[in-house]
Amino acid sequence: MFDQLSDRLQDALSGVRSRGKLTEADVDRAMREIRLALLEADVNFKVVKQFTSQVKERSLGAGVLDSLNPGQQVVKIVNEELAALMGGASRDLALAGSGPTVILMAGLQGSGKTTACAKLAKHFAKDGKRAALVACDTQRPAAVEQLVTVGKQAGAKVYEQGTERDPVEIAEWALGEARAAGEDVLIVDTAGRLHVDEELMDELAAIRKRTKPHDVLLVLDAMTGQDAVNVAEAFAERVEFDGVLLTKLDGDARGGAALSVKAVTGKPILYASVGEKLDELERFHPERMAGRILGMGDVLSLIEKAEEVSDTQQAEDLERKIRQQQFTLEDFLQQLRQVRRMGPLSNVLGLMPGMGKAMKQMRQVNMDERELDRIEAIILSMTPTERARPDLIDGSRRKRIARGSGTTVQAVNQLVKQFAQMRKVMAQLAKGKLPDPQQLMRGM
Amino acid sequence: MASSWRRLRESLSKSRRALQAELGSSLFERLDDQTWERLEEALILADVGARTTADVVRRLEGEVDAGSIEGADAVRERLVELLAEVAGPDNAEIDLSSRPAVIMVVGVNGTGKTTTIGKLAWRLRNELGLSVIVAAADTYRAAAIEQLEAWAERADAEIIRGSAGGDPGAVLFDAIAAAQSRGADVVVADTAGRLHTHANLMAELAKMRRVAAKRLEGAPHECLIVIDATTGQNGLRQAQVFAEAVDLTGVVLTKLDGTAKGGIALAIASELGLPVKLIGIGEGLEDLRPFDAREFAAALLGD
Repeated sequence: MFDQLSDRLQDALSGVRSRGKLTEADVDRAMREIRLALLEADVNFKVVKQFTSQVKERSLGAGVLDSLNPGQQVVKIVNEELAALMGGASRDLALAGSGPTVILMAGLQGSGKTTACAKLAKHFAKDGKRAALVACDTQRPAAVEQLVTVGKQAGAKVYEQGTERDPVEIAEWALGEARAAGEDVLIVDTAGRLHVDEELMDELAAIRKRTKPHDVLLVLDAMTGQDAVNVAEAFAERVEFDGVLLTKLDGDARGGAALSVKAVTGKPILYASVGEKLDELERFHPERMAGRILGMGDVLSLIEKAEEVSDTQQAEDLERKIRQQQFTLEDFLQQLRQVRRMGPLSNVLGLMPGMGKAMKQMRQVNMDERELDRIEAIILSMTPTERARPDLIDGSRRKRIARGSGTTVQAVNQLVKQFAQMRKVMAQLAKGKLPDPQQLMRGM
Repeated sequence: MASSWRRLRESLSKSRRALQAELGSSLFERLDDQTWERLEEALILADVGARTTADVVRRLEGEVDAGSIEGADAVRERLVELLAEVAGPDNAEIDLSSRPAVIMVVGVNGTGKTTTIGKLAWRLRNELGLSVIVAAADTYRAAAIEQLEAWAERADAEIIRGSAGGDPGAVLFDAIAAAQSRGADVVVADTAGRLHTHANLMAELAKMRRVAAKRLEGAPHECLIVIDATTGQNGLRQAQVFAEAVDLTGVVLTKLDGTAKGGIALAIASELGLPVKLIGIGEGLEDLRPFDAREFAAALLGD
């Protein structure tokens, strides 16, 4: 519904350019679209109200009405305001000078605390820090076993005393042990609890008091709806959390709850969990989340992911090639393989701007990963010269490639044609133009 | 800008309380644009979603304008009726007519599948006197099998388990076979939580369904998606994608004991025609209840 916020704003403001003046009614129409978009993204109703009134004020200001494309201009303002509200540059947790840095994890049931504990341990291990875990969830059946298992997978020591002892005492005991063992970080897993459960909230406050954590993290499910503000307020009041770890961002929830929580508590989102594997935890990037909430894609994340799997030099070469339309099928093959290493294609495509609509269409045609296997096979059946210059591929070469890859001449034809279109679109993208989704789709 | 957000922060909790109080009593005493706006606000705050909210409010407004309902109480009553209509039939039943009846429980991570199965098994065993086998087919999450084992013991149900990391389809197959040979009444299958965006995991779920049907024609007889009441608009997408993969028969709405209203279930019922069959209201064995549409509708409005 709101994948095409940009398009819808364009529609809402379409008459403006011909009249050459942006009226308050135009802006109101645009604000309605933004309001709907943010609500669809689960941003809290009150936050949305406040936000749109701010954006409206700025949109009525100078600059917008003279611009060639008021729709995009408004999107830009929305994006900037969102990013500003979301917080400044992302930061890592600071570690204590001596002794273990204690991190207390808190949150509702099912938000993903236990998994997040292991991911965080792994995150610190990457920086050469030793992080240990302590199992203070004595409520949920087998929660201790789960932490022991994921802790082992993350290579972190897990302190546990079963489920009979009081979690406050377990936490205190573990802190002593971790100190003696010279751990750099101690991450305290706690039972999921409802923010209205007085008894369990008291227990959490007691753990906090006893272990004096350097940081308390609220673990928040990215799919949370309007209630996120109630939850965040209650946890802020009782345990004064310092930041948020946002989970399940590998889904397709817009994650507007993150914005609500930041707006009502002022606490930053620090980490984002983006997959089931233990190394899929990232530092949070406010400006990217703004784009995600608005459905405007997340080019920065995509670039960063690509950088993770390739080196910088390669990335620069590639960017130059894309800009100059010298991108070859060989490059495409490399990219395809790298992209597939980043995870399921749908996730990666979802990060690209303008792909919201394309993604929907793609789901309908049910693009599957086997199709990608076929594409790989076709390219692998080409000679290096053909990969560099697909225009050389004539009828007899096509036949050979089709035979070699176990596909048909039509399939080879199609790939060569689509590649040529894609090269054009990518060049546009690299020059900073938002691609026409339709065109992009044809290019796929 | 910073100061305006601080003000918002301060006013939020107060206004929420005020809003609910207002809806509870006097909202419909005056019927004007503001009334409808406030009603919209309440439904959106309950996660009903913009589209379903607009539908419901438009219908109510239309009926009021047409003069078919009058008076605050009548309007309110009609609103609850409308919401209950959208939410679907009362006591949408779990189909237990087959022997064994096979119930598959699916959903994204952390919604409360394993807990729901424990409570469901308990209910089937203790209130209906049925013999129950639970299938520990979440072979992915660490200690999920142990968690289900603990619940099975409490519920006095037998558990069929495979090995961690094993094939979930095989576990389900074995559980149905065990039920057939022992004459058990119901098989309830746990599955690993998965985000609906992971196509390979959704395919795995579809395969489980096929495996069940291979062992017993018509199985699974129920395929329930567990939706966490705190879930926002993404819940609709979850239900859609899971329905495509495994042909859902209903929704279990969990964690209604918090402050979340679970309005997304209304959007799911309205847009996908999937009824809520059970609700979870706590962590005790008895905290799984049949769904009551009117009660749910009234609670959405803050009663």
